Amino acid sequence: MRMTGGQMLCESLLREGVSVVFGLPGGAILPLYQTLPQFPQLRHILVRHEQGAAFAADGYARATGRPGVCWATSGPGATNLVTGLACSMMDSVPVVAITGQVARSAIGTDAFQETDITGITVPITKHNYLVTRAADVPQVIREAFCLAGTGRPGPVLVDIPKDVLTEEADFNYPEVVHLPGYRPILEAPIEQVRKAAGLIAAAKRPLILAGHGVIISRAFQELRELAERAQTPVVSTLLGLSSFPEDHILYVGMPGMHGAAYASMAINEADLLIAIGMRFDDRVTGKLSAFAPNASVIHIEIDPAEVDKNIKAHVALVGDAKHVLRQLLPLIQPKTNPEWLRRVEELKQAHALGSPRPDRLQQRYVLERLSEITDGRAIIVTGVGQHQMWAAQYYQFKEPNLFMSSGGLGAMGYEVPAAMGAQLGRPDKVVWSIAGDGGFQMTMYELATMVENNIPVKFALMDNSYLGMVRQWQDLFYKKTYVATHYTRNPDFVKLAEAFGLWAVRVKEVDHVDDAIHQAMLHQGPALIDFWVDQEENVFPMIPPGQTVAELMEEPEERVHWKK
Amino acid sequence: MKHTIVALVLDKPGVLNRITSMIRRRGFNISSLAVGASEAPSLSRMSFVVEGGEETVKQVTKQLQKIIDVVKVADISKENVVARELALIKVTTTPATRSEIVQLVDIFRAGIIDVGSESLIIEVTGDEEKINSLARLLEPFGVKELMRTGRLAMVRGSSTVKIDDDQLGAPAPRTASNGAPSSDSPPPGW
Repeated sequence: MRMTGGQMLCESLLREGVSVVFGLPGGAILPLYQTLPQFPQLRHILVRHEQGAAFAADGYARATGRPGVCWATSGPGATNLVTGLACSMMDSVPVVAITGQVARSAIGTDAFQETDITGITVPITKHNYLVTRAADVPQVIREAFCLAGTGRPGPVLVDIPKDVLTEEADFNYPEVVHLPGYRPILEAPIEQVRKAAGLIAAAKRPLILAGHGVIISRAFQELRELAERAQTPVVSTLLGLSSFPEDHILYVGMPGMHGAAYASMAINEADLLIAIGMRFDDRVTGKLSAFAPNASVIHIEIDPAEVDKNIKAHVALVGDAKHVLRQLLPLIQPKTNPEWLRRVEELKQAHALGSPRPDRLQQRYVLERLSEITDGRAIIVTGVGQHQMWAAQYYQFKEPNLFMSSGGLGAMGYEVPAAMGAQLGRPDKVVWSIAGDGGFQMTMYELATMVENNIPVKFALMDNSYLGMVRQWQDLFYKKTYVATHYTRNPDFVKLAEAFGLWAVRVKEVDHVDDAIHQAMLHQGPALIDFWVDQEENVFPMIPPGQTVAELMEEPEERVHWKK
Repeated sequence: MKHTIVALVLDKPGVLNRITSMIRRRGFNISSLAVGASEAPSLSRMSFVVEGGEETVKQVTKQLQKIIDVVKVADISKENVVARELALIKVTTTPATRSEIVQLVDIFRAGIIDVGSESLIIEVTGDEEKINSLARLLEPFGVKELMRTGRLAMVRGSSTVKIDDDQLGAPAPRTASNGAPSSDSPPPGW
C-alpha cells in the first residue's frame, strides 16, 4: 500500500499498540501532524513544552510498562526533549521519541531549526536513528520499539527529515527485524544459579536488595516467594520502592544516603546480599570499599556492564529478574533465620524514622496522612529533593509499581508532566504528584494540558520557599551559608492553579491536612494543595556523600522557624 | 598494561561516533584505534589498544558490546597474536644525509616511497616499538610529518574473532520478553 512517511509512522505506531502520543508541533514535523486526523485511534496530547512531552512519556511508560511515545519538531523542539531522554536513560524507562528534522537537502547546512539531535542524544539514548528514506520508516519504528521495550529498557530516538515525512513509498510492516548486535540475555547459566542457591542456603544473615529491575520485569510474585521461602528480609532502592509490600513482615526499608538507618545497618551486618535488578548507585552504597563489608554478593542483573562495575559480585546472574528468579526458586529449600530476623527487628526498633513534630506542618506529616488516606494504593510521582526522600520514607506502598521518580538523573520538574503521563496510563488509579515549589515552577505550565484534557492528577505542593535539599547541604556542609536557595517572592500558588483551571486550596495547619486531601480527591479534575510547610526542616537520617554507615547522621534537635 | 580489543561493527553511518562518544564519556584511555573493512560486506573490523587494568578493560569490552551497532567484541590480549602498525614518515634530506637515512631504512626493512629534492617519505610496518625506534633514529635528520595507523591485530592460527553463525539472521525479540506487559493491563498483584 502506498503511503507517505508520516502515514507510515502513524500506522507503525498503531501496529505497536500505541494509543497516546505527547507532542508539540513545529515546521519540520508539520507533515506528520497533518496526517493525524486520518488516525483517530492515536490520541495526541498537546503539551506546553517538549520537556513535558518527554517526561510524560516517561511517566506513562513507568505506569504501564509499555513504551511511552513523545514527539517534537526539529531544533529547539528536539533539544527540549533532551532532559527527559536523559532521565529515561538513567532509569531504564522505555520511551520512543520522534523528532522532525529539516529536509534531507538542508541537513548539514545549519538550516533554520536544524540541530544534530542524533549526535546530541548518542550518550543519552539506548539507540537512535536518522531515517533517510520513507520506505525505511516501518522497519525503524519496529526496531525502535523492540529496543526500547526489551532487555534493559531505555529511550530510542528516531529523527525524520521533513521531506521523508511527505515522501511516498510502499508500506510493509516487518514481522521480524534483525539486530545482530542486540541479544538481551534472559536466563543465567544454571551452574551459576546453583551456586547462588548454595550461598542462600548457607547464609545466616541474608538480605535482598530489590531494585527497579524487579518492577520492570514484573517479578513481584517471584521476589515475594524468594523472600518468604528463604525468610530473607528485603531492602529496596529508591526506584525499587513498591516492588515488595511495605506492610509485609519481611520488609525493612530503603537504605542509602537518606534511607532508613536500620536498612543501611542491615546491609552492613548481612553476610549475603541478593541484589536484584539494581546497579549499586552511589546514593545506595556511599563509600564503595566500606559497603556491605561482611557480605557475599549475588547480583541478578540484565545488563552485563553493570556486573562488577561498582561492586564485585561473588555470583553474577546475568539475566532478566523474573526469568532468573524463576530459575532460582525451585532450588531454594525453605529455611528460617530467626536470629537474623530478630536482629533486623531490633535495628528497626532502635533506629526508627522520626515522627513529625505535632506543632508544625511538616512534609513528613502530609506524606504520612496521604499514605493513610489513600491506603498506600495511590500512584506517587515525585520531583527531586527533600520531598522526594520524605515520600520514599513515609509513604507505605501496598501495591506493586506505585512509585515514579527521577532517580538516576535527579531531574527537578519531573513531578508535573510525569504524573500526567502516569495518570493517562493508569486512569483507574489515583495519582498524587508530590512536588517541591522549586521543581514545580520548572514544569507547572503542563497544568494547562491537564485541565484541557481533564487529567485528574492531585498535587501536594510542598511549599517551603526554598530549594530545600540544596539549602540542607548548605546548612550541613557550608556552615549554613544560604546562597541562591531562598525564593523570596514565590507566586501565590493557589491563585496560579486556579488561573490554570484547577481546584486549589492552601493549608498552613496540621489540622486541615486531612480535610484538604479528602476534598482534592473528591474533586473530579486536577487539584492542588499548597502546603505551607516547615521551612528549614532537614531530611534525616543522612549518610554524607562518599561516606559510610558509621558516619550516619540521625535526626538532631530541630531548628526551624515558622513561615510568614 | 596495554590490551588489544577487536570488534566487529555494523558498517553504518555514525558507528564510529557512537563508539568514540562512549569511550570519551566513560573516561577510558585508548592509545590507538584502527578501523576498516572486514571479510563480511556489512561489517567493519576495529581494533583498540586500551590502557588500564583488568577491570577497566572488562568494562570497556562490556560497554562496547552494549552499543547496538557493535556485533562482537573480543579482548585478544592473552591470545597469541600478530600485531602490526603502518607508519609514513617524511624526513628532511640533504645530499649529505641521504645515504645514512637509506641505510637506516634498510636496517628496519622499511621502504622509501617518495623522493623529493629536500625530503623523502618512508613507509614502515611493524609493531609499535619498531616504529618508535625508527622515528627516534630519524629525529636528528628532521621529521617533517609522521602518520601512523594504529595497531591492527589478529590471533595466530585458525582461531578467529567472528560473529556466531546465527547472529546476522536471528530475529530480534518482538515484544518485551522481559515480562513487561504488551497490552494495557494493570500489573500483577503480590
